[in-house]
Amino acid sequence: MSQAVNIGTQGTVSFTRSETSLLIKLSGPWNLTKDVPSPAALRRELESDARLKSVSFDTSTLTHWDSGLISFLVQASATCRARNIQQDRIGLPVGLRRLLELAEAVPEKKGTRSAEVKAPFFERVGKMTIGYGLSVSDFMTFLGDLTVAFSKFVRGQARYRKVDLVEVIQECGASAVGIVTLISFLVGVILAFMGAVQLSQFGASIYVADLVCIGMTRDMGAIMTAIIMSGRTGAAFAAKLGTMKVTQEIDALTTMGISPMEFLVLPRVIALVLMMPLLCLYADFLGIGGGMFVGVGMLGLSVRNYLQETIATLTLTNLFGGLFKATFYGLLIAIAGCLRGFQCGNSSSAVGDAATQAVVMSIVMGVVACGLFAVVFNVIGI
Amino acid sequence: MSTQAQIRSTRPPTATAATGKPHIVVKNLTMAYGSFVLMREINFTVRHGDVFIIMGGSGCGKSTLLRHLIGLKEPATGEIIYDDVNFTRADPQTREQMLRRFGVLYQGGALWSSMTLAQNVGLPLGEFTDLTPSQIREIAALKLSLVGLSGFEDFYPSEISGGMQKRAGLARAMALDPEILFFDEPSAGLDPISSSLLDELILELRDSLGATVVVVTHELASIFSIGNNCVFLDADSRVQIATGDPNDLLANSHDPRVRKFLTRGKDKGEEGKSA
Repeated sequence: MSQAVNIGTQGTVSFTRSETSLLIKLSGPWNLTKDVPSPAALRRELESDARLKSVSFDTSTLTHWDSGLISFLVQASATCRARNIQQDRIGLPVGLRRLLELAEAVPEKKGTRSAEVKAPFFERVGKMTIGYGLSVSDFMTFLGDLTVAFSKFVRGQARYRKVDLVEVIQECGASAVGIVTLISFLVGVILAFMGAVQLSQFGASIYVADLVCIGMTRDMGAIMTAIIMSGRTGAAFAAKLGTMKVTQEIDALTTMGISPMEFLVLPRVIALVLMMPLLCLYADFLGIGGGMFVGVGMLGLSVRNYLQETIATLTLTNLFGGLFKATFYGLLIAIAGCLRGFQCGNSSSAVGDAATQAVVMSIVMGVVACGLFAVVFNVIGI
Repeated sequence: MSTQAQIRSTRPPTATAATGKPHIVVKNLTMAYGSFVLMREINFTVRHGDVFIIMGGSGCGKSTLLRHLIGLKEPATGEIIYDDVNFTRADPQTREQMLRRFGVLYQGGALWSSMTLAQNVGLPLGEFTDLTPSQIREIAALKLSLVGLSGFEDFYPSEISGGMQKRAGLARAMALDPEILFFDEPSAGLDPISSSLLDELILELRDSLGATVVVVTHELASIFSIGNNCVFLDADSRVQIATGDPNDLLANSHDPRVRKFLTRGKDKGEEGKSA
């Protein structure tokens, strides 16, 4: 009784059965990069007859072998062991025999493979809830540490390098001007277009100036700057601190007796809190400029009229409300970035995750805060 | 001249060899990650002037033990005592002061990548002393010259080789003339010659600074050439299985696991064999 499993021009395996033994004939080139026969046929053969007591190998026509054949034989020998079938490896090439012995030298350590047990629904819900609870408590701890560090800063006892502070200020202030210019100008243009479509139907195009002015100063300037800064600076904070964590630079600070909270987080928070209102103010003006570009260029308003209408609408309450919001968003972004950086795991992919999470967290917190501000400002009548 | 005077004035003269007085005492320390217990009931004493080796196979918790000793991780139970002061239960101020007496060389050097070597070494000096910037620079240059890095003051960590980063890390660890130097795998990633030079440097510094040295390593060459006391952690049983002078352990230990480790597996540690 003989049958062959042939895979194109590649290695083949064939079986010859006698009463209680099986001769496995391996021939041709067994090359991993090509296709090698699946061990399933061999397993079927081994399992087909309970009387089978031993297997032997014939490799006289085997021309080439590599890991593909070893893997095939390791699986075959696992089946043999499970069914108490003797293996006679005399027929195998010496190198192959040694590699097989090496692969089987250290038995698999039980319990190292993670069991694919799916936890029950309620267990998973419970674990996630506890996880969220812990992340809230982490956040609170971080906030507390930051407050302590800030009070030290106010008393002039915080340990940080002034040059670091200046560097971060430049990084999240001056260097961000370009992108803030582009985005806020375009936001002004978009706001003006949205208003113009409706307002020009009533011949009230001039109110585009009011719309843009109030929209930019009250909310859009602050929230758009916040979104830009979360993507730009929040991610950078998380990546920088995450990398420092991976390379143990943060540990090195801690064991020097220098608090990373004062040395790394404080300058970043201060810099962003200082720079956000400035960027927001700049964004407000650029947005109004964008609105004017549409008003003058497309709606036929004169520059003088547009500016007059804008100045008449512009209130300090709206302007400072927007700046206050921007400052608060700045605080949120800096905290999210630094917190995620500190929580970073110990690998390069963890740094990427930290940056992503920082951006997500700061945008979510920013938008939620924006919504809350809208309600609160409305209630207190600002 | 002023630099030399500063160096002298910052530390009292100390004995050069092990004086026998306990410097670090670890009592019933259990290390755990959450509910996973890594090592139970670790007990050992490091004397003043010792070169103490923490050894064991990969993944047995050597580096974690070091992180406990330098306060980066809190013990699950047990305590760590430095010179009769309980580090584990110390209040934050005391702890910060104790930390300043430590110098730590991390596995990858852990130099602050945004600062030059001189700034790296100078940062702790700037934070904890009243030296002027020019004095700090002089001392930083001196420390760098002690580890053979004269002239590299203005290089950034990324511009020098791994071995040099490690030596610069050592210069930074010595910045405040620490009483205890901790080394995490000092020879990892170094060629045999650099590694033995680093070993010599460690001994040299121990003798000249009178510091106590704690080294995490599994390099047998280092263990026998510099260590005079050790603790041996075993990953399988999750307890320490030996303490003492590594050379004594090699000569007298009956424990097959210790013998196997110290002889690179050549001695299979037959229990019946007479020692």
